[in-house]
Amino acid sequence: MTWAARTVDADGWRAAIELLAAGRRTLTSLWGADDGVRMALHGEGEAAILALPCPAGGYPSVGAHHAPAIRLERALADLYGLRPEGALDTRPWLDHGRWTVRHPLGDAEPSAGPTSYAFLAAEGESLHQIPVGPVHAGIIEPGHFRFTAAGETVVRLEERLGYLHRGLQGRMIGGDLAGAAKLAGRACGDSTVAYALAFALAAESALGAEPPARARWLRALMAELERLANHLGDIGAICNDAAFALLHAHSSVLREQVLRAADACFGHRLMMDCIVPGGVAADLSDEGAQTMRALTNTVRQRFELLVDLYDDTASLQDRMVGTGRVSPELAARFGAGGFVGRASGRAFDAREAFAYAPYEALDFEVPARQDGDVNARVWIRIEEVRQSLSLVEQILARLPEGPIRASVPAGSGENAALVEGFRGDVFVWLKLEAGQVAGVCLRDPSWFQWPLLEAAIEGNIVADFPLCNKSFNCAYAGVDL
Amino acid sequence: MSMPRLLAEGVLRRALTEPAPQGLGLVELGPAFVEAARRRLGRSLSIRQVDAGSCNACELEIHALSNAYYDLERFGLRFVASPRHADVLMVTGPVTSNMRQALERTWAATPAPKWVVAVGGCAIDGGLFAGGYACASGIADVLAVDVWIPGCPPSPTALLQGLLALLNADRRQPGA
Repeated sequence: MTWAARTVDADGWRAAIELLAAGRRTLTSLWGADDGVRMALHGEGEAAILALPCPAGGYPSVGAHHAPAIRLERALADLYGLRPEGALDTRPWLDHGRWTVRHPLGDAEPSAGPTSYAFLAAEGESLHQIPVGPVHAGIIEPGHFRFTAAGETVVRLEERLGYLHRGLQGRMIGGDLAGAAKLAGRACGDSTVAYALAFALAAESALGAEPPARARWLRALMAELERLANHLGDIGAICNDAAFALLHAHSSVLREQVLRAADACFGHRLMMDCIVPGGVAADLSDEGAQTMRALTNTVRQRFELLVDLYDDTASLQDRMVGTGRVSPELAARFGAGGFVGRASGRAFDAREAFAYAPYEALDFEVPARQDGDVNARVWIRIEEVRQSLSLVEQILARLPEGPIRASVPAGSGENAALVEGFRGDVFVWLKLEAGQVAGVCLRDPSWFQWPLLEAAIEGNIVADFPLCNKSFNCAYAGVDL
Repeated sequence: MSMPRLLAEGVLRRALTEPAPQGLGLVELGPAFVEAARRRLGRSLSIRQVDAGSCNACELEIHALSNAYYDLERFGLRFVASPRHADVLMVTGPVTSNMRQALERTWAATPAPKWVVAVGGCAIDGGLFAGGYACASGIADVLAVDVWIPGCPPSPTALLQGLLALLNADRRQPGA
């Protein structure tokens, strides 16, 4: 699949909303540009980017008919000042009234200052609220969680994010491609490879540039290493939140070994700035390939021991099974990607659906389950670790020779790319004018996962929230930008 | 039956833990800090981490300090859940406008004597985000910084060098 761009009028926009509401399309993103709003959606074998000019500053609300769009619309209103007409929730999302200006990417005006934020109500007898964050108890990104509980049982959770908004997209606009690529790699630190890859693919397709074959394969190698490192870290951290430190200790060792191998081969533990428009910045030496082979051998052997430990420990299973369930209907409606979607029956994987090189030439399976609980999200990660180990080995065996970087012309154009990060599908849309960034959208998979966490915790006890939250491991910085 | 095997290995195998890194690397210490630390710090520090606009890469490497290779706690360094229990705030990110108040309140909640460690390129001077509409240009815009640990993100080794400098300030000269 490739992205087809077209300009629509309000009726065409509404027709797309109907397709989304009917479940025939999945919403990929909704964002602002200098000439109106854009919406990316895919399904039934096609992927489209719709542009709706908004000369009067308003557009028909998508969120009023399709809930996954609500927070995207609120962010869009904060950044561009474009109004979703008919929207039910018009509270700000990213703008806490503390920036120097309102609508920084649209018609900027001085900020009116902080305003109070009304959380959604929960009514009933003996309810109490628990405010948590933005500074949390652990080494975690900041966000606010407002729990309403009846005794120990969570009645409603509402998230409030935006604390990490650095103005990243605004920083890109007006700058050159190389600078924007560096920023893309800092949208979300744990997915720096996925973002750099999506950004590079979007830039290359916008400009008609073609990276060398070896670069494409090395990119996939880096992407699978990133997936391995994050899944290994997550599996241990989830168990740690159920107070099972043994598995955490052992999986942290494996994660560290992946990062050290990445550092030895590509010069950076997280492989930041290693993927650039036109190719990759670091080649894999013969010695590096040996390091990688040794890594996959060690991880493969040690990991299966940890899988047995996870599966055999009854006290751990007692915490995991049945906790924080997400229904397949909800996962499908929100187009939830990654382990959140796949644990609830949505077997979408951008590596398969969009078949970007070299994945069309590699063998891998996309695991899926129907149970949708914490345990299912752990098992999806376990299966994906196995798949990634196999992919790394396939890439090493078939890595083509040749150059690793091609020049990218400083041209004009716009296009998008969807790539599979460890957390789910990362979308990047880019508009370039004479080598400069004229418009950009980075959409993290967590936009469609955070709302499901609110649904997953309902009816669970407050003490299970860390476990549920870690099993989702949603991005904060990637959403706040 | 992997539990008995893993536990037995844990006892019988040589530990993965590596020796402490020597020297300061790229870490810089403020003069006021060195003087105060000489007088006040013992052999133990409690650290409260605050993310004030990081991309999460710094947090990943701070997490790595607790793995078997770096084993932070052997040095008497530990992360605590509340600023009330902390000697040190370890702060990442350029300080977003939306996090500024939370950072100031966390600092106010930390009992003196207390120090600030700025971690990562963004925390030192705002990095790629300096001067934007939504953030400050580093921690020093908001709090007085005592130790700077550069890197994007700093490696766990660099983080250890910075933290050990806190403990050993009485035995080292700044920049040595």
